[in-house]
Amino acid sequence: MFQHIMVPVDLAHLDTLKPALDTAADLACHYAATITYVGITTSAPGSVARTPDEYRQKLELFTERRHAVHGRPVSARVYHSPDPIANLNDLLVNAVEDVGADLVIMATHLPKHIDLIIPANGGTLASRTSASIFLVRARQGT
Amino acid sequence: MANEDKPKAPQEGDGQGIPAPTGAANLIDTDYVIGQDNIKSNKFGIDFDLHGKVFMFSALIILIFVVLTLALPEQMGPLFSGAKGWLTGNLSWVFLFSANIFVLLTVVLIFTPLGKVRLGGSDAKPDFSYAGWFAMLFAAGMGIGLMFYGVAEPLTHFSTSLEGSSWAPLGGAQGDTNGAISLGMAATIYHWGLHPWATYAVVALALALFSFNKGLPLTMRSVFYPVLGERIWGWPGHVIDILAVFATLFGLATSLGLGATQASAGLHYLFDIPNNNVTMVVLIIGITLVALGSVVAGVDKGVQRLSQLNMGLAILLLFFVIAVGPTLAIATGFFDNLLSYLKNLPALANPFGREDSDFVGGWTAFYWAWWISWSPFVGMFIARVSRGRTVREFLIAVLLVPMLVSVLWMTAFGSTAIEQLTSGFEGAKNAADELQLFEMLGQLPLSAITSFVGIVLVMVFFITSSDSGSLVIDSITSGGKVDAPKPQRIFWALLEGFIAIALLLGGGLEALQAAVLSTGLPFALILLVACYSIVKGLMSEPRG
Repeated sequence: MFQHIMVPVDLAHLDTLKPALDTAADLACHYAATITYVGITTSAPGSVARTPDEYRQKLELFTERRHAVHGRPVSARVYHSPDPIANLNDLLVNAVEDVGADLVIMATHLPKHIDLIIPANGGTLASRTSASIFLVRARQGT
Repeated sequence: MANEDKPKAPQEGDGQGIPAPTGAANLIDTDYVIGQDNIKSNKFGIDFDLHGKVFMFSALIILIFVVLTLALPEQMGPLFSGAKGWLTGNLSWVFLFSANIFVLLTVVLIFTPLGKVRLGGSDAKPDFSYAGWFAMLFAAGMGIGLMFYGVAEPLTHFSTSLEGSSWAPLGGAQGDTNGAISLGMAATIYHWGLHPWATYAVVALALALFSFNKGLPLTMRSVFYPVLGERIWGWPGHVIDILAVFATLFGLATSLGLGATQASAGLHYLFDIPNNNVTMVVLIIGITLVALGSVVAGVDKGVQRLSQLNMGLAILLLFFVIAVGPTLAIATGFFDNLLSYLKNLPALANPFGREDSDFVGGWTAFYWAWWISWSPFVGMFIARVSRGRTVREFLIAVLLVPMLVSVLWMTAFGSTAIEQLTSGFEGAKNAADELQLFEMLGQLPLSAITSFVGIVLVMVFFITSSDSGSLVIDSITSGGKVDAPKPQRIFWALLEGFIAIALLLGGGLEALQAAVLSTGLPFALILLVACYSIVKGLMSEPRG
C-alpha cells in the first residue's frame, strides 16, 4: 500500500512527536516501507543546533536511533531556510516531492481558533501534494 | 509498540556536545543553549516562546513611555527634545568621530585578507540572489529617506551655501552658484553615502559573524561576547537587547506616524484628499495590514518580494527623472558630485574645531544619531539575509554600491531641482520638506503618474521597514530565535501600528522620535565595541 513514508521531525519538540513516530514505525513495519525523517531548520543558530551542519548531524543520529527501534530502512533529509516558520508549508511540499513519499505521517495539535488565520500545516500539505497524509494528535497532557 | 525508545532532545546533554561544523567556522565554546531563558506557553490557543526578561522589560518600558508621553505631553516633549538637542549640540563630536571609525574599519576590511572570511562558514551558500538581497538591503536601510530628502536636502544645502548662512556646510560659497552646487551636493552625499552605510555595516557584520560563524543567537548582545564573555547571558546582555527593542519599536512607530502625516500631505496635494486624522489613521492601518501580511508570508515571500517591487518602482522613477530631467547635467553631475564629495569629505567629517556648528549639530549629528539609533534594526535585518556572503562581498554590497546609488539618486533628484531653482522656479524650495519631491516632479512631464508612483513608493518603503522591523523585534525578544511562533511577529507588527495611531491622535510623535535619537549615544558606544569585536572575531576565522 505504502512504500515510502515521510516523517517531518522537529528536534526541539520530540516529546510531542512520539505518537507520530510510533505510528510511522508501526506502519512502516506493516507495509515494509522505507522512512525518511525530514528536518527543517533555520540558517541562524537555534535551540537545537548552532549551524545547519550540526543540525544535520543531530537528525542523522536521531534517524539511526529510530532505525534501531523499528529496523526499517531509514534516511534523513534537512532543509534550511532563513525564515522556516513562514516557509514551512513550501519546504514540506518540496520535501514530499524530493523524497517521493506516498504517505506523510506528522504530528498535529488540537484544533485552535488561530487555525482560521494560520492554518495547520497538515491540511495545507494535503491540499498541495498527492501523498496521503496521516495526522497524529499528541497524547492528552503531553 | 513494545520497543519504545525515548530519544532526548539533542541539547539535553546526551553526550553529543557541539560537533565541529564541517568546513564551517570557529564556533564559540559556550554552554548557553539558545532559548534556555525563554518562557514557552500556549495560552488561549496561541503559542509563544519569549525571552522572559527582555520581553517583559521591553514591554514595560514601551508602555511607560507611551503613557507618559500621552499623559504629560507638555513635560515629556521638551524633556526628550532637550535631551536630543543637547546630545547633537554638545556631543556632536562623539557621533562624527564614531562614524569615521566605522567608515575606516569597513573600507580597510574590504582590502585586507580578512575580507575573504565567509559569513556562515567556508562552505555556506547564500540564502538570497543578488537582486533580492540588494533590494532588501536598500529598502530596509534608507529607501524612505531618499524619497523625502532627495530633493529637499540638495536644495537646502545649495541655498544656504549660496546665501552663506550659518547653516551652510563648511561656511558655504556665498554668491558662487557652481561652488554652492558642488558644496550642497557634497554635503548631501556625505549624509547619505559611506557613513550611514558603514554604521549599518558594522552592526550587520558583527551580528552575522557572531551568529552564523560563532554560533551565538542573532541578537545584539552576541556582539559583546569578546568583551563580556558569558556575562552577555545576564543583565548586561538584557539591557543591550532591551535598548535595541526600544530604539527599533519607537523608531518604526514614530516614523510610521510621521510618515503617515507626510503621505497624507502628499495625497492632499495630488488628489485633494482631506489632510486630517482620519486619512492618516486609515494610512497607518493600511500600511500595518500589508506589513502584517508580509511578516506572515515571511522574509522570502513577503519582505523580499515587496522590496523587489519597491526597487523596480524606484529604478523606474530614477530613470524617468534622468531621461526627462537635465540628462546631461545629471550624467556629468554624477562624477562631479562624487569628486566633490571625496574632496570635501575630510573637512565634512572632521569632528573637532568646526566653524559651521549649526550645520554639524543640526544636520550631521542629527543624521548620525538617527542612523546609529536605527542601526540595531537595519543591521540585524541585513545580517539575517546575508549568510553565505564573504566579508568583502558583504561590505562592497552594503557600503560601496549603496553609496554609488545614493550619489546617483541625489544627483538626479537634486540636480533637477537645483536647475529648476536656478531657472527661476521656486515652488520646490518654498514647499514643505515632504512636498518638495512632488513640486519638482510637477515641473516634469507626466507628473500625475510620477507623483502617484512617488506616493506608492513612500508607502511601500514604510511597509518594508515595518515588516523587517517586526521580524527583528520578534527575534530579539525571543532570545535570538528566528523560528519563534508566528503570532509573536503579528503581535509586534500590530503593536507598532497601535502605538503610531495612539501617538498620532494623542500627540507626542516628535517627542518620542527625539527619545529614539537619544539612544544614538549609547549605541554609538556599543558600535565602537562592535568594531573591536569584528576584528577580534574575524582574526580567528578561516579565510578563503
